[in-house]
Amino acid sequence: MIVCDIFNYHMSIDLKTIKHISKLSRISVDEKKAEKLVGDLNSIFEFIEKLNELKTDNVQPLTSVAETTLKLRDDEVKSKNLREQIIKNSPQENEDYFVVPKVIE
Amino acid sequence: MSDITKQSLSELIKNIKDKKLSSTEVTKAFVERSEKSKELNAYVTEDFSAAIDKAKKFDENPNLNLKLPGIPMAVKDLFCTKNVKTTAGSKILNNFTPTYESTVTQNIWNEGAILLGKLNCDEFAMGSSNETSFFGCVQNPIDKDLVPGGSSGGSSSAVAAQLTPITIGTDTGGSIRQPASFTGIVGLKPTYGSCSRYGIVAFASSLDQAGPMAQNVRDCALLHEVISSYDEKDSTSIDFKRNNYFKELTNNIKGKKIGIPKEYRVDGMPKEIEDLWKKGIDYVKDCGAEIIDISLPHTNYALPTYYIVAPAEASSNLARYDGVKYGFRADGENLIDMYEKTRSEGFGAEVQRRIMIGTYVLSSGYYDAYYLKAQKVRKLIKNDFDEAYKKVDAILTPSTPSSAFKIGEKTNDPVSMYLNDIFTVPVNLAGLPGISIPAGHDAKGYPLGLQIIGKAFDEQNLLNIAYAMEEKINFKNKITDWWIK
Repeated sequence: MIVCDIFNYHMSIDLKTIKHISKLSRISVDEKKAEKLVGDLNSIFEFIEKLNELKTDNVQPLTSVAETTLKLRDDEVKSKNLREQIIKNSPQENEDYFVVPKVIE
Repeated sequence: MSDITKQSLSELIKNIKDKKLSSTEVTKAFVERSEKSKELNAYVTEDFSAAIDKAKKFDENPNLNLKLPGIPMAVKDLFCTKNVKTTAGSKILNNFTPTYESTVTQNIWNEGAILLGKLNCDEFAMGSSNETSFFGCVQNPIDKDLVPGGSSGGSSSAVAAQLTPITIGTDTGGSIRQPASFTGIVGLKPTYGSCSRYGIVAFASSLDQAGPMAQNVRDCALLHEVISSYDEKDSTSIDFKRNNYFKELTNNIKGKKIGIPKEYRVDGMPKEIEDLWKKGIDYVKDCGAEIIDISLPHTNYALPTYYIVAPAEASSNLARYDGVKYGFRADGENLIDMYEKTRSEGFGAEVQRRIMIGTYVLSSGYYDAYYLKAQKVRKLIKNDFDEAYKKVDAILTPSTPSSAFKIGEKTNDPVSMYLNDIFTVPVNLAGLPGISIPAGHDAKGYPLGLQIIGKAFDEQNLLNIAYAMEEKINFKNKITDWWIK
């Protein structure tokens, strides 16, 4: 959870938040790593929060620097028979399938 | 012919075209020097015997009309190369061999160049010192235990140490220009959309650009001409008329207006950088250009903006590394456990940190406060440049706030590491081209660079200014070959 101190507007990230982000990111973290991340992320967010100095209510967000619209193309198959290439780098496969740990009990 | 590796790209091409040198001789010379330079740790993957075979094949029936006839070169290990391992400096891709070629490297091979190997870089290009690489840090040929910059640190080290005549890097927040500055070479980050991103391991897609790194501006212009192309395989590739950057290169920049942004005079900047900048101003004046003071008022907000936008995009791009389709997999009790262990063991500390920042700023409840806010500030930063370019043709700044630092000096403090990119990051946020050229030395004898920032798609003008300045500066890199026993 985020703790917002209304007196100095400094947000801080605690251990519980780190565990939550780690779950969302699908990266397991042990206690030791989580504690280090609390320190690192707090110093980074303290730095990031400089942006709050700016008023941006009437600013349009920039989503792409390339001021072009995406090009349309005909919907035709250009590459085919790539099955072998696609499976080639998989850590584990069975004939034409990727193998993962059992999902359904 | 002795000292083949000391020759610039243009000299090598001339010698090959005049049949004074064969591609095999040139390739063998760079292979030999690379073999003797293992201590620099510039290569992740060597492809030397294949390179010599290709050179021999080239010599059997040489096509001398190509732009890079039989020229050997190594590339950053972020470019997918067909049937040659591509790691992005990460354990998670340590067993990945692409079945396809990136557009940029394909353009290079189409012009006759030959792959020497893959060069070390920060993991997924996230770093400013090459220290986040799974394959260990790279030595800067300038001095022992000095970082070569990052993330294209293997690339900068290899060009400066003459292990490859030229190379390509990628630049998301300064990853071509900062290492170029730290090693006394030239590095160009092109306009967003100039060079295809197809087949480049993705970091932050709205910022990533490939670009050339070379010993001098001419070589850089030639390589840029080869790699810049419209590509329908990259949806943000831009179809514009590209120049013949090398052929059209001129040192005549009379009457060009060069802006000096006052916000780049940051607190604590060493006096030698300030002096270098002043000298740079004198050089462009000597060339007949006009100096104009400008303001880029949101400069100070560029780094905080970058450290929201880049990790957000990275967290999304790196979601694909799940241990299923390719790359490293750790064993887990179930599917989720396998994902979590794979990513925890496969990614290094900096990459995990950035994925977590990105995940957080995109997560429910915080998106508006962080990501949307950053996109708005990004707009203000771009507006600053648009406003400035009504008055000037290009902007001159230092490339970095300091010269190269020692290995290990900044690894414990992520924010101090991030501050390295203070002058380069705004350029990526605005999608503009920027070039770093070596311009002098500090008291320790380490190289310092100056950056020229151009208008979008105005690489020709940028290269011309760099070319004119290079002549005046007459920089000589101080390389002692200390690593060769």
